[in-house]
Amino acid sequence: MSAILSVKSLTKEFGTLKAVNDCSFDVEEGSITALIGPNGSGKTTVFNLVTGYIGRQSGAVTFDGVDVSKEHAGNLYRRGLTRTFQQSRVFGDLTVQENLVVAKGGSWKTIFAPRVSKDDQLRADELLEEFKLSHVADLYASELSWGQRKLLEFASVLMSKPKLVLLDEPTAGVNPILIETMADHIRNYNKLGVTFLIVEHDMSFVMRVCDPVIVLDRGKPIAQGTPDVVQSDPRVLDAYLGD
Amino acid sequence: MKLSTEPTKLVTRNGLIRGGVFIALLAALPGIFPQHWLWNLMFFTILYATMAVSWNYIGGFGGYPSLGHAAFFGIGAYTEALFFKTDHVLHSGYEPFFMLPVIGLICALLAIPIGMVAMRTRADVFAIVTITLLFVTQTLAFNLRNLTGGAQGAAVVQPKFDVKFFELPFYYTAAIMLLFAFALSYYYSKSKIGLSLTAIRADEDKAKGVGVRTLQVKVIAFSTSVAFTGMAGATWAFYIGFIYPQFAVDPLITITMVLMTFLGGRATLWGPVLGAVILMPAQQLLAYYVGGSQLYLLAYAAIFLITILLLPRGILPTVTNKRRLKALALKSVAAKASDPLAEGQSA
Repeated sequence: MSAILSVKSLTKEFGTLKAVNDCSFDVEEGSITALIGPNGSGKTTVFNLVTGYIGRQSGAVTFDGVDVSKEHAGNLYRRGLTRTFQQSRVFGDLTVQENLVVAKGGSWKTIFAPRVSKDDQLRADELLEEFKLSHVADLYASELSWGQRKLLEFASVLMSKPKLVLLDEPTAGVNPILIETMADHIRNYNKLGVTFLIVEHDMSFVMRVCDPVIVLDRGKPIAQGTPDVVQSDPRVLDAYLGD
Repeated sequence: MKLSTEPTKLVTRNGLIRGGVFIALLAALPGIFPQHWLWNLMFFTILYATMAVSWNYIGGFGGYPSLGHAAFFGIGAYTEALFFKTDHVLHSGYEPFFMLPVIGLICALLAIPIGMVAMRTRADVFAIVTITLLFVTQTLAFNLRNLTGGAQGAAVVQPKFDVKFFELPFYYTAAIMLLFAFALSYYYSKSKIGLSLTAIRADEDKAKGVGVRTLQVKVIAFSTSVAFTGMAGATWAFYIGFIYPQFAVDPLITITMVLMTFLGGRATLWGPVLGAVILMPAQQLLAYYVGGSQLYLLAYAAIFLITILLLPRGILPTVTNKRRLKALALKSVAAKASDPLAEGQSA
């Protein structure tokens, strides 16, 4: 297996705070990799840097064999690197169906295509069915519950048939049944060849779903391996529990 | 309101009927009310409706509150004045109307670089940047005396239309512009351009992050929007015959079209038209009762405040949303009746 995403000496400072400090790691193609660490360890910043949502200071990001260090979020998305947000961000003024359609991507000529084309509808219906959102398809996304928004955001990043999906706390604020649903969706899509990189605080979720696990502390990976190995690593315990 | 997750259809039966009625009404209106003062009022109403409809492309759908549109109104007006100086010989008298598409094109092209720079900012900063553009343009109009005549104003050649029907060619030109502006608004709302603009309004960073062509659609919306504003300015200049910088590049022009859009309903097809149909006659009425003073500006401020307080989304969205919620309630009742297990899904 080869690395679909490779991060080399990524650094980002906010003022004097080094949020991400010389951070390097690889994500193997076809894996469900977890990125864990105590609060403030830089997980979300790493996500923002990798996906191009904030400017990169130094370091290199290689995705799918191409150096994408200089590319912005939109281009990366079109290359097949998509993400969700910790506070799920859906387009409140668009309907649930339109939220999926707008995330489909495509060449710039498609802006002249119908708002929801026959193709869009078929693909969106498929995902809505799968994520059990069909009954709310014509509601505005702003009218959805928190859990439904999480599902919608997850479904919408799959519209573009991505290669790598970054999920930022997919289970935060979600009821236990929905957490299992999320886990199932992740496993299903992983079987279909989608690689996942997941930031998550729910350790039982990480242990059940993810392998390998990367542990981040103070902007830098301190351990990496199978869930069991990482769990018993003294450095990891230190990072979480303090010296 | 119809609830639908079907693919978008550009031409629908209802749409054709509404469009037909709208065109017939625009065509018949001057015949129904054959008074000069009403023709004058109709001309201004339709002219401002055109501007409000086109402001809505970027200000409504895209959520970019441009306050600089009057700059392009002025640019259109002065371009018309430059093409048709008083020594220009008009044959049929309609030549200045045929120049409108050219003026629209000039404004649209000019808007591309301006839009690309201005739309790097957002929301309130964007509003300030565009209002700066307005004052820069006004200052230029005052000072480029060779081109604009400065504070002394510029005259536009007048057509020898029959006095009995003098307003009508202007009215019908404005009506045709409104139809074009409206058709484009309709097209945007039914295409990915409209979808992208709404996504930009909701969360631009996220929109960009999911591959929406934010820059392209913003520039397209801005550029087509000011093209109509420019053409409206040119028509206005030809109609009143003599233009001054303080009236051709007037913040009030922007405020009027923004207010109309807010009142009728942002990001809707008919909202800006409705706003214009309410506000323009109201303004004339106020001017009539309180004299030629600027007191109607106070009324504007009042209308703006009341709209924001009571109808923050404007008249049309408030009405349609009530109907939508009712339809939704009916639909969920029907769904529960046909499927007793549906309860669990809506948790």
